[in-house]
Order: sequence, then C-alpha cells, then structure tokens
Amino acid sequence: MSLEAARQTAERVARDSYGRLLAYLAARTRDVAGAEDALAEAFASALQSWPSDGVPDNPDAWLLTVARRRQTDAVRRRQTRRAGEAHIQLMREELDDAALEEDSIPDRRLALMFACAHPAIEPGMRAPLILQTILGLTATDIAAAFLIPPATMGQRLVRAKARLREAGAAFAIPDRQDLAGRLDAVLEAIYAAYAKGWTQIGELAADRLAGEAIWLGQLVVTLAPDEPEAKGMLALMLYAEARRPARRDAHGAFVPLDAQDTALWDRAAIRTAESLLHAANRAGPTGRYQIEAAIQSAHVAGRLSGRPHWDAVVALYEVLLELTHSPVVVLNRAAALAETLGADAALASLDSLAADPRMADYQPYWATRGHLAARAGQRQDALEAFNIAVGLSTDEAERRYLIARRSALQDG
Amino acid sequence: MQFMMLIHHDDDLLAAAPPSLWGDYAAFNQALAKAGGTSGLRLEHASKGRAVTQRNGTTELFDGPYMESKEQFAGYFMMDLPDIEQAVQWAARCPSAQYGTVEVRPIWPTRPQ
Repeated sequence: MSLEAARQTAERVARDSYGRLLAYLAARTRDVAGAEDALAEAFASALQSWPSDGVPDNPDAWLLTVARRRQTDAVRRRQTRRAGEAHIQLMREELDDAALEEDSIPDRRLALMFACAHPAIEPGMRAPLILQTILGLTATDIAAAFLIPPATMGQRLVRAKARLREAGAAFAIPDRQDLAGRLDAVLEAIYAAYAKGWTQIGELAADRLAGEAIWLGQLVVTLAPDEPEAKGMLALMLYAEARRPARRDAHGAFVPLDAQDTALWDRAAIRTAESLLHAANRAGPTGRYQIEAAIQSAHVAGRLSGRPHWDAVVALYEVLLELTHSPVVVLNRAAALAETLGADAALASLDSLAADPRMADYQPYWATRGHLAARAGQRQDALEAFNIAVGLSTDEAERRYLIARRSALQDG
Repeated sequence: MQFMMLIHHDDDLLAAAPPSLWGDYAAFNQALAKAGGTSGLRLEHASKGRAVTQRNGTTELFDGPYMESKEQFAGYFMMDLPDIEQAVQWAARCPSAQYGTVEVRPIWPTRPQ
C-alpha cells in the first residue's frame, strides 16, 4: 500500500469512528458543540499518528481513551479555578459510559443527520453541518467548497449548533409518517455537498467533497436500508462519479458526455449504481433521485450500446418535471427534446423559462440556449447566448469549450 | 443591495495574459449587463495617477502609484444583488480574478433598508 493510500485509509477509519462517537455523545447530551470539544484533541491526534503508526485494533477505544484523559485533565483544571463546569463534567461522564459500551457503541449517525437537517436549521447550512459533525471536516475545508470565507462559515456553524440546542431538535429517527419528508432534507444536503464537489473540478477541497458525499450516501443506505430514495441518490452520485475521469481531456479541456471516451468510465461504479437502482425500484414508490438515476442509466446505456434512448430520457424528464417543477429539469429536457423532436421544438420548450429572473445569471441556461439555437440555425441568437454563457462561466475548461463553440459558429 | 466590485491587477500576471482576456471580458460584461449590473469603468494604470494630501494647511502632490503594492486598483463594476454570496459569484466569474484580486464591497446604505 502506498503512503498516500495508507494515509487515506487511516483517515477514513478515524472519521468513521469520530462520527460514531460524536453522534453517540450528541444524542445523549443534545450538545453537539460540547461533544466536538470533548473529541477534538483525540481526533486530531488520530489524524496525525494513525497514518504513520498504523490504525489501532479498536479505533473507538483508542479515541475514547485519549478523549477521557483530556476531559479528566479539563475537569481538574476547571475545578482549581471555579467549581467545575457542568457540561465538561457531563461530557466526562458520557465518555465514561461510552467506554463501558466500547465494543457495541450504538450507531446514532443517522439520527444526528436528521437533527442537522432539522427544519430549524436553514437549508443552506444543513450540508456544512453534516460534513462537520459526521465527518469531522474543518470549517476551512467546508468553506473552500462553498465559496464562503472560512471565518463566516465558522460563525454560521457555531450558530447552527446553538440553533439545534434552542430548537430542542430530537436526535432521533422520525416516525414513519414524517420519515420521507425529513429524509429528503438529509438527502438534499448530501447531494448538495456532492454537487459542490462535482462542479468545481481540480480544487483539492472540492474534489474531496465529492468522495465524502458518496461515503455519506453509502452510510445512509447502510443505516436506512429500506429507503429507496437513499439508494436512488447514491446511484445518481455513482453514475456521475464513474464518468469523472472522462470529462476532461489530456489538456484539461471539457469533454461533453456524447464525446467522452467510454473506456475511461469506471465500470465497477456503474455496476454498483445499476444494482442500487434496481433494488430501489423494486422497493416501492419512485422519487426524484431514482428518476434522475434512471436518466443517467439511460445515458450510460445509450453510449455503451451505441443506440441512444432519447425517447426514454424525454419521458423520464416529463415525470421528473411533474415531481419537482424545477427550471433545471425544463432545461435538461430541452437538450433531450432536441434529439427526438428537433432543435426548434426544444427551443420552444424553453419559452416558459425566458421570463424567469433566476435564468439571467444561470450559466447552463445560456449554454443550452446557445447549443440549441446553433442547431436550429439561429446563428445570431446562438452567438449571443454563447457569449453570455462564456461570461457566466467560473470553470476555465468549460469557458474554453464554449469559446471554441462560439468561434466555430463565427467562422462557419 | 448595492455592491462595488473592485479590480486589482497584478502587473506581471496581466502582462503575461493572453489576448483572449479581453474577449472574456466582453462576454463577462454582456452577462453582467443582462443580470442587472449597472456600470463599470476601467482605469489607466496607477502610475498615471496623482495623489493629493492636505495636512496643517500644506498641500502635497504625489505622482502615482498612490500605494506601492504588487496589485494596483484598476477599475470597478457596480452591481445590485440580493446578497454578498451572489456578489462573490460574480467576482469568481470576473476574468481579472486570474490576474490579480477582485474585491467585493457592500455600498454604505444612504437610506434605511
């Protein structure tokens, strides 16, 4: 095993154990920040020493031992100054209890994820909160991926944890009747983390975020094996991830799906995604993630067989549109419609979006308009749309790709 | 909310920029105008400026650049956007971010919001 692989494995185990212990402590005390404090030093030493010294036989016991020692020191220090602070004492007792259960600490991570996706927490902070509590990512790492200054992200995380306490969020898995709605918020947060990692290629923090989101998706599927949407979301992430090696060429230029070298696709990931999707479909009602995964499945099958399934893709987008009423779906459906009914019909299907003010600075809208107008022979409209899409691009490879399309149109 | 986006260019990086930078800027300007950006100006190089101070009745005049630093103020855009996160998105799209630093500053409100 290479040094880097050893480091990654050690880190994975440390994060796994950290998240489990944190969830256990937080569920019992409802004090996420206090639980983080209690484990912080032990987790930091694990991240530092395990890669070189090797992962201990019982990682939970290792972390608990170090955390208890630190907490005992803290209690002693505080007692000399003022009569022991209640929550430090409380955390020490909880760590002692955990140590008694050492070999079978119950896994409360799913409950912690539900707490993080509680209605009292603003939607934009749910993903960062899950990344910090379940995976132990730092505010700095999370901030980099979300394009927010680290100090601001740190303050928002602190506020969100205080909010959790004030709202008295239950660290529990909701009742059957509330489960689907609340699970949706959990899945949405994880998928948001994945999307951050997917769109920002090449940046270390964001690159890693995609992997962490997939890991969280696997965790949810393991902890909630009866939920088809959890499987659907994991499948969706895996389909996208399988194509990651093919979406840039040797010079770093953007490669669209229909031009990707399928030999570079990760077949193992695609197989896993396929079987997850089958399992999800068998289990019951279909939701947004299963349909999106099914669309990805159709794209993959179309490329691999050389026989595109555009009718199926359009039909799936129709179902998805019924469910979500999302302008993004209208946009993606238009790209598929261009293949079945032609570019003019596809452009007409975008009319409903033209007045939507959110489209003004939405890069994929202008890029899609550009491609469709070019195919429909509307050269002037295509040039304008490509131009705006270029101006809205933050990704250099995508910008270069659009500029090349625009130049081809100007010269042609 | 009103924001000013301030462009600070690094001379060395800018000198090595490909000519396509200005094409990128044309596209950026068009996209920003479409999304409600109001106005912007590009400035001559900081070395062509003058700076004035008055202390105790004495006026002093300096040749530019006003500040000796690696990056010099080079221009600005005005934007009207819901929040600073969206302003930061525009800064990330701005071609100059690759050749210096793009600063986003909320405008001091002139009337209560």
